[in-house]
Formats: sequence, structure tokens, C-alpha cells
Amino acid sequence: MGDAAIMVEGLRKNYGEVVALQGVDFEVPVGTIFGLLGPNGAGKTTTVRILSTIIRADGGHAEVMGHDVSADPVGARFQIGLAGQSASVDANLTGLENLVLVGMLAQIPKRLARSRANELLERFFLSDAAGRPLRTYSGGMRRRLDVAAALIARPPVLFLDEPTTGLDIQSRTELWEVIRELVRDGSTVLLTTQYLEEADRLAGRIAVIDKGTVVANDTTTALKARLGSTTIELEMGSEEEAIRSDALVGHVCTLANEVEGKTVRMGCVQGPQALIETLRVLGENGLEPVNLEVREPTLDEVFLALTGEHPLDGGSGPASKDGG
Amino acid sequence: MEANTAVEVGRLSRGPARVIGVARDTLAITRRNLTGLIRVPRFFVFTIIQPIIFVLLFRYVFGGAISVTTTGVPYVDYLMPGIFVQTVAFGSITTGISMATDVQSGMLERFRSLPMARSAVLAGRTVADLARTTVVLVIISAVGFAVGFRINTNVASFVGSLLIVLLFAYALLWVFSAVGLALKDPESAQAASFPVIAPLVFASSVFVPVSTMPSWLRGFATYQPVSVTASAARALCNGGPTLSWVLQSIAWTIGILLVCAPLAVWSYRRAV
Repeated sequence: MGDAAIMVEGLRKNYGEVVALQGVDFEVPVGTIFGLLGPNGAGKTTTVRILSTIIRADGGHAEVMGHDVSADPVGARFQIGLAGQSASVDANLTGLENLVLVGMLAQIPKRLARSRANELLERFFLSDAAGRPLRTYSGGMRRRLDVAAALIARPPVLFLDEPTTGLDIQSRTELWEVIRELVRDGSTVLLTTQYLEEADRLAGRIAVIDKGTVVANDTTTALKARLGSTTIELEMGSEEEAIRSDALVGHVCTLANEVEGKTVRMGCVQGPQALIETLRVLGENGLEPVNLEVREPTLDEVFLALTGEHPLDGGSGPASKDGG
Repeated sequence: MEANTAVEVGRLSRGPARVIGVARDTLAITRRNLTGLIRVPRFFVFTIIQPIIFVLLFRYVFGGAISVTTTGVPYVDYLMPGIFVQTVAFGSITTGISMATDVQSGMLERFRSLPMARSAVLAGRTVADLARTTVVLVIISAVGFAVGFRINTNVASFVGSLLIVLLFAYALLWVFSAVGLALKDPESAQAASFPVIAPLVFASSVFVPVSTMPSWLRGFATYQPVSVTASAARALCNGGPTLSWVLQSIAWTIGILLVCAPLAVWSYRRAV
């Protein structure tokens, strides 16, 4: 199995009549962040629940650091930390109590659990709230504590199941920084997300999952190149200016350019370079956009490009079991 | 790669190390549950207020109309051992609610992903709730003494009556653990538990002697577990033939545990 921290082969899972996973395969090398990207009900959470030994697969094979999750679940549990929507922390316990509890149940000595808990609370800016019950935490604080709980036993593999869903932009950015730090420390991270931006910012490799199968598995850069397209939208001062601008910068991006009223819309493979070039050309010709917008492809567009259909059109996914 | 090899080997070994591991995990979960009970005293208050209302109601409102002359003791002495059993019977419902809450909140999923003893989750819940039940029972005894309840035997027998009730309570905690894990929803667990426990408490010797009941009901009302345990506790407090009731109560307790503990473990495995 070489250097794979996580190895998944032909994983299958049904909930009654509903097919949650129909043969999922991927490998995650040690010390990397792997993004599992998909809409609600795609099978992301089911995959994480199988890998973290919460539920058993109906078929296929999965290993974490060489431990088969169905043949040797206890061995696997010593290798993993879990945060996000698959597992909870206790709302009635304080931040410190929660971390010590998880640490003790992960079989580290109480004194060590306590000192690590204090370190983690400090690292996640929760020291001031360490003695407060979790009920009083904000959403962002709770997610940070959740990630801290996954780290207390210092497991080599971390599962972060939609860690930033429902967070505001600032909390999300803070959590991303934390996740990046973990990998610098040598951890392997499996991250599930509904946001392409999140997978793009954190993961070196992304598997796109839809209706229980992996529809794409590639490096982030290669995947984005395959999918096209950063959209650059220029709003000009007048319709006439918009037409002039389109003629001038049309060569910069060639994917589905269009002019609509005062707006020029361009699809670009290399977003940043295209933006610099566009603004340079416009500036040289004395044109200045009144409004400028740069959009990464949405998850919807990714799915459209990969599967030819919108993710929510199928409607047959096991949404109820896969959570939010 | 084997970052935790030393711990793992110790943890997985059989014999004393394994027993210590299970005990340590159970203690951690018990502490967690007791902390929850203290921080959110809702269950605690609920399980105390309700039997106090019953004590006051039957002592001062209905008591005068209930004749227990055949028993040879005042009605309050007849009532209180019954109230002990009623207290633990209704109180045990909250165990199911707590278990279902842990399923719903995702706490059980957290426990499952950790290399801990699986049995610790159920053991920790029932041990914590037994501790809670003990405290409640002591408080209800004090309330009983305040309204005129007197021990007609001796202190040791009275303590024995509390123990037999607690033993029975422990079996009930497993019953409702199984219910909570099977239903996975706190409201459903509460709704489903009451119709099970209410007939056992009311069609019983808890509040009135069964001799006043119609003959078709009398057999059930005499030998069902709540009545038998009430009779055992009553005999220990008031005197009279004791051993047979105590043995019957212990038999019920063991029987319920033998059926419901495996059921609870089975529903725990299927709960997530």
C-alpha cells in the first residue's frame, strides 16, 4: 500500500433501498490534504463515517494507516481524529472538559490530556472560554473546539467533515489557516466540503463525488483547468464602452465571452493572469470599469461540466442520511 | 506509522489491563453524564418534584379515603415504600431520553470513532443515573419522614428497602436505555415510555392494597415487578413476611436485566 494514509477501494453502502455509495475509490498520500467535494447527499459523510468506523460498509475495502476499518476497527481508531458534522461534542461540558473527555477516551493519560487540552485551547484562541459550557459558544468557537477535539490524541489522520459549513467568512478563514498548519505538522487530512473554493484553497487533490461515485479525481490545478473557467465580469460606463472593451480584450479570454448591456463577461482558464492583462489593455486605451467581479466556478458549474447535470436535479441521492 | 503502538498493545491486551481500561472509560463517561445532570438540572428537578406531589396528594388528599386497616400500620407507612418504587420507575424514563439525546446529538458517533470500550457508554449512563436515583430516593425519604413516615422495623431494614428498590431501578435503567437507543429521538422515547410504566405503577400495590381491586386485576397487580418490589420494600420497613417478597423482587430484577441488557447492547450497536 506504499505511502497511502487512506486507501479506499470499491466502497459500497446502502441504506435500505437507498444507494449511498456505489463503488468509491481513492487514495490519500501521507502528509497531504485531500478534498472530497460534492453536494448534499453525494456520499461524502457516508464515506467519512465508514472510514472513522462509525458504520460498516456493505462492500469494498478501506484502510487507514494500514488498518482495515472493518477487520481492525480498534487499530484504525487509534490512527484517526474526527471533526465536523459526523461527530459531536457535549454542549453541557466546558471546552476544557470536552477536550479532556475525548483525550481520555482516546486512551491518553489524564494529565497529558489536560496539558494538551490547554495547549489546544490557546492555539485555537479559546483559552478565555475554556471554563464555559459549550452551549455559550458561538458557531465559530464550537467548530474550532470540534477540530481541537479531533487533535487531542495527535492522530496521524484527520477527517474534517464539512468543517466550515454555516460559518461566517472570518471564522472560515481562521479555520482554513488552522487546517493548513496541521498539514505542515505532518498530518494527513481528508476534508469534505460543498464549496469548490474551500477544496481549492486547502486540498492538493480533489475527488468530486456525486450520487455515491467518484466522477473526477485529480490535482486541484488540473481539475480547474479541465473545468474552465474563472469568470471575469466588467461593468463599463456605457454600452458603447462595453462593446469597445470586448473588442480590445476579447483575445485574453476565449471561453464564452459575451456583452450584455454595459457588462462584459469573459470565461478564463488562467484567472489571475487574465485579470492583469485585461486591466492593462483597458488602461492603455483609457477605459476604466465602474465595477469588477471575478468569480470562481460554483459547485453547480463543476457538476455541470463533469456530469452534464445539475447536482440537485437527480433528486435520488440519500440526502436524509448524508446530512447538510 | 504506528504512532500509538505502546498504548494500543496495552489497551488491547486481555485480563487486568482490559478490565482497567473498561473501568477507566466507564468512569470518564459517568463523570460526563453526572456533570450534564448538574449543569442542566431539568431531569433532576423533574424526578424529584413529581414524587413529592404524589406524596402530598396521597398523604393529605386521597389518603383519608384509603383504608389499610388490614396492614396494621398508618397509611403514610404503607404509602412511602410504594412511593420509593414509583419514584425510580418514573425517574428511569429520563435514562431513555438521555440515551436518545446522545444518539440525536451525534455524541454516540463521537464515542464510536474513539478507541474506547464500547460497553462504557451504556455502563456510564446507567451508573450515573443510578447515582442520581440514589440521591432522589434519599430526598424522597426525607420528605416522607417530614410528613409522618416512620420505620416500624429498624434502620438496617430500612436501608435494605432502599437497596432493593435501587437494585430494581438499575434493571429499569437498562429497559429505558434500550428504548431510547431503539427510538433515537428524545420525544418519542418519553412518549413511548409512559404507557409502559404507568400501568405498572398504578395497577399495583404502590398506592392501595390490591385486595380492593377486581379479581381479574388482582393477580397481575400482586405479582408484577413494581408491586413485588413495593411489597418487598414495605415488608422491610413495616415488618411481616419479608423474604419471599425480597426474593421475588430480586428474581424480577435479574430477569429484566437478562432480557433488557442484551437488548440495549443490541440497539446500541444499531443506533448509529
